[in-house]
Amino acid sequence: MPNITYIEPSGQSVTLSLPVGWNLMQGATANGVDGILGECGGSCACATCHCYVDASRLGELPPPSEGELAMLANVSSERRPNSRLACQIKVSDALDGLVVTLPPTQE
Amino acid sequence: MSNAAQGMVIIGAGQAGVQVSESLRAGGYAGAITLLGDEPHPPYHRPPLSKAWLAGEIDAAQLTMRAPEALARKNITLRTGVKVSAIDTAARTVTLSDGSVLAYDGLALATGATPRALPVPGADADGVLALRTRDDASAIVSHLQYCDEKGLPVVVIGGGFIGLEVAATARKRGLAVTVLEAAPRLLGRVLAPLLSDWYAQLHTDHGVGIVFNAQVSAIDSKDGHVTAVTTADGRRFPAGLVIVGIGVTANDSLAKAAGIECDRGIVVDACAHTSVPGVVAAGDCTARRLPDGSLLRLESVQNASEQGRSAAAALLGQERSFVATPWFWSDQYDKKLQMAGLSSGADHWAVRGTLASGAFSVFHFRGGKLIAVDSVNASKDHLLARKLLDAGVSPTLAQTADTTFDLAGLLEK
Repeated sequence: MPNITYIEPSGQSVTLSLPVGWNLMQGATANGVDGILGECGGSCACATCHCYVDASRLGELPPPSEGELAMLANVSSERRPNSRLACQIKVSDALDGLVVTLPPTQE
Repeated sequence: MSNAAQGMVIIGAGQAGVQVSESLRAGGYAGAITLLGDEPHPPYHRPPLSKAWLAGEIDAAQLTMRAPEALARKNITLRTGVKVSAIDTAARTVTLSDGSVLAYDGLALATGATPRALPVPGADADGVLALRTRDDASAIVSHLQYCDEKGLPVVVIGGGFIGLEVAATARKRGLAVTVLEAAPRLLGRVLAPLLSDWYAQLHTDHGVGIVFNAQVSAIDSKDGHVTAVTTADGRRFPAGLVIVGIGVTANDSLAKAAGIECDRGIVVDACAHTSVPGVVAAGDCTARRLPDGSLLRLESVQNASEQGRSAAAALLGQERSFVATPWFWSDQYDKKLQMAGLSSGADHWAVRGTLASGAFSVFHFRGGKLIAVDSVNASKDHLLARKLLDAGVSPTLAQTADTTFDLAGLLEK
């Protein structure tokens, strides 16, 4: 299973082996990673699973949908060029080793 | 009673209860926090139950809202499968169904809501199910499989959000689906007529049969299992599974028995205080008293989260009022409906975009003032609407309908 590394708001890093097809929000919440809420359960409706994707690998991800781009305007922490919603990124073998940083706050 | 800190007790481990527990910690509370859930599962996301979970696209781990170890790290004690039988607000204790007693300094009620039962003969038959919990949803999944194997149709009673989401998912699984709606249109309490019609067309296009003005009179069964739904006009709809989605009632009986003011929900103010000092409430179980004295019941993730934050603040002696524009969403097929504000009492409507394009927003006005916006596959409109409504800014009908007019510009003035 591909490894994904989350950097929590405290700076603590957590690396998880996640099943292909899970999204990054699910990987975080199922494993107790701090710094993600995911209030809408992954419907791209709440913008509380904001993450910063390792900028050097941003291009390897499928681009955000119109809906995700719209919701990214509503994140609580600073929106950056590498901001994504974790619930919209699905784990794949190609993403093995990806590092995502969680913002200071989601609310 | 000892004077030592006994901590905070939260009844209910859903969205609101979890939020209260985490917001207490985030707010600097250092005492004991006990989160009591009556379901056997650790906190999970409810929204996917009617969609990805029923469709068989995700497993239980993917539903996790907070893993037990995540709560433990915050020193929040989660107890699942625990029922509360009584609250004594004078002694500040709760009694659990096993007879044990927990003392508290502060108590949060996040007891949720229960689906309304269908009040007709035969409604207790196997295969007549409502959707609220993960176990409800799992039971529905096995009956969907049963319908699939036997080639039996699904009948949904109630054309509200839950019923329509289940209808969409059942269609996705290839099952025949009929929706029986008591009113002359779908989602009549929440949507403008033109959107009700649009949703009826969407479901019809996906092969769902919709029957309006349907008064269900009985459930027929054989060997204890549902076989059909009968309506007052004598029509009979065969079914291997019946979904009952006719609304919910707030779980306020514990509060009521404890002398806490309830009126179709636990009555709270904007800061989530109940009528009893030291007791707060949040989420689907509440009815919020508005400045004009009326009561507002909201059943939504936003209400659970925001009221949960207010409730935690109130337990810490702070006032954090939750009066933001209500928002809600519903996913059916490939359409995401996002609603901002409350549209009841609207007298004028304007559509931004075109209904035929499948991506548009309906703006609701009352007395010339914008009161709500319902967006379909138009998240940008939805977020803008929340800002306009929060700021009390109203575009004109003409500005709304003119997609070349920059509505966001109105916020800058």
